[in-house]
Amino acid sequence: MSDSALAPTARHVLPTLGPGARRLVLLVALALGWELYARWLGNSLLLPTFLETLAALWENLRNGELPERVRASLAILLSGYAIGIVLAALLTALAVLNRWGESLLGLLTAMFNPLPAIALLPVALLWFGIGGSSLIFVTVHSVLWPLALACHAGFRAVPATLRMAGRNIGLTGPAYIVHLLIPAALPSILSGLRLGWAFAWRTLIAAEMVFGASASEGGLGWFIFTNRSQLETANVFAGLLTVILIGLAVETFVFATLNRFTVQRWGQEA
Amino acid sequence: MGWSPERDAPAAAVPPLSVERVTLRYHTDAGVVTAVEDVSFTIAAGERLALLGPSGCGKSTLLRAVGGFLKPSSGEIRLRGVPVRTPGPDRMVVFQEFDQLLPWRTVAGNIAFALRRARRLGRAEADARAREWAGRVGLGAFADAYPHTLSGGMKQRAAIARAFAVQPDILLMDEPFAALDALSRRRMQDELLNLCEETGATCLFVTHAIDEAIHVGTRILVLTPHPGRVGAEYRVSDDARERGSAAFGALETEIQQRIFGTLASRPASGREGRAAHAPDAQVIAHVG
Ligand SMILES: Nc1ncnc2c1ncn2[C@@H]1O[C@H](COP(=O)(O)OP(=O)(O)O)[C@@H](O)[C@H]1O
Ligand SMILES: [Mg+2]
Repeated sequence: MSDSALAPTARHVLPTLGPGARRLVLLVALALGWELYARWLGNSLLLPTFLETLAALWENLRNGELPERVRASLAILLSGYAIGIVLAALLTALAVLNRWGESLLGLLTAMFNPLPAIALLPVALLWFGIGGSSLIFVTVHSVLWPLALACHAGFRAVPATLRMAGRNIGLTGPAYIVHLLIPAALPSILSGLRLGWAFAWRTLIAAEMVFGASASEGGLGWFIFTNRSQLETANVFAGLLTVILIGLAVETFVFATLNRFTVQRWGQEA
Repeated sequence: MGWSPERDAPAAAVPPLSVERVTLRYHTDAGVVTAVEDVSFTIAAGERLALLGPSGCGKSTLLRAVGGFLKPSSGEIRLRGVPVRTPGPDRMVVFQEFDQLLPWRTVAGNIAFALRRARRLGRAEADARAREWAGRVGLGAFADAYPHTLSGGMKQRAAIARAFAVQPDILLMDEPFAALDALSRRRMQDELLNLCEETGATCLFVTHAIDEAIHVGTRILVLTPHPGRVGAEYRVSDDARERGSAAFGALETEIQQRIFGTLASRPASGREGRAAHAPDAQVIAHVG
């Protein structure tokens, strides 16, 4: 009795909002919390206020510093991501086509997936020197294994009946992969791509901070790092905010859209 | 037989499907399982052979072998005289499971895609035919629906439409209605029967339900389990096809006794009393 009497009142306190609006309200609340706490703390060297951070963001956007850093980071990220996807596709295709390939993929992913990409940075520096190539190398590493693992798991999980139905209508070889295996495994492939993107983004930002020398070519990670050493804390937070905003934008605009037009529409969500 | 698989051989002489002394084994980690042993039969054009037997007796295994998904350990399966090696759209399969439609294509899309791949039709023609077939199985209003929005019975209808649309030499059906409720099952059996009679399709229909075998099949092959062998063969007369008719009941009792007779190991009694039980059923052969 008391439960049912309480429930409707509790629900009436908060207006019913869609998921997007709910998210916006929460974001505003978090920003407000940040602003109030930072003002109360009153030490902008440790924690700038939200508004100071926004101002720093605006300033760095206006003077062209931040756009240039973002461009440099995204260029590396996209190359690494693309190379990672191609390699993952090759490795998975090999694993689908023959047993040796399957064992190879299993072995390589078991060995390299647990290895943090940053741990490979010294090796990368040794092989490629300081610069884009080393960053691309660690980015590829961070994308390749989780993606190959997800794709392979997706292919293996395609139901036997669906496979037989595909071969029944005459699909063989590449047509079988393109018209049956890939769409059937799409939920796993998409979540692998999503995961790979997140890993690549994190790895890249972290790796850029280790790179001291090539400042002119540096990306977002470098921007954050140099501003910290110059005690420009508002700029550090502006850089972090940019990292978050780009991650959110890709998540909601690219992956959520891809999901909505494919696996969600087909009722295939894993 | 004296025929050879030449193109000018008279169509009547070469049966659409012949299964000759086929044995099927699974090689598992636990050892070799013989699912089907030394099974032979042929299906003539326009015939509907119901493969009847308790679950686990190797019906699906046999159907998969005919479909080209499984290689016989010995014996030969021939389609219009040509040995079956690989799967192909000349033998369209309707499976029991509901997940046989491509989830990323609509009902019409599934049928049209099969037509494009199997019959090499152009997009427009494949789509037109697909819609026609969706209509024929009562899915006209759902032609643009994705499979996950359909009920189990509707998915099976779509799969049946896809199989018929391709116009294979033979239709292979593996208990397509087994997972449906009793009412839908009856309706679908009637609809399937109508489609078969309209198109004159040749079918191999697997089922574990005696009434379904009698209603759908023109001939019934009873498989005995472990390993699956041909136990008996019955021809279903037209009046026995009518559910509830005396002939239907007699044949049902007859087959029931045959199957339970085997299971309860009543050796000869079932075999001798048969003619008295089922005057309308033409018993063609008893093997084993
Ligand atoms: N993939 C498989 N691997 C090993 N044994 C199998 C496999 N599929 C079926 N069997 C075995 O073969 C026998 C026949 O199975 P199946 O053809 O599915 O029977 P039915 O369709 O008549 O129910 C059963 O004993 C089953 O355990
Ligand atoms: Mg079965």
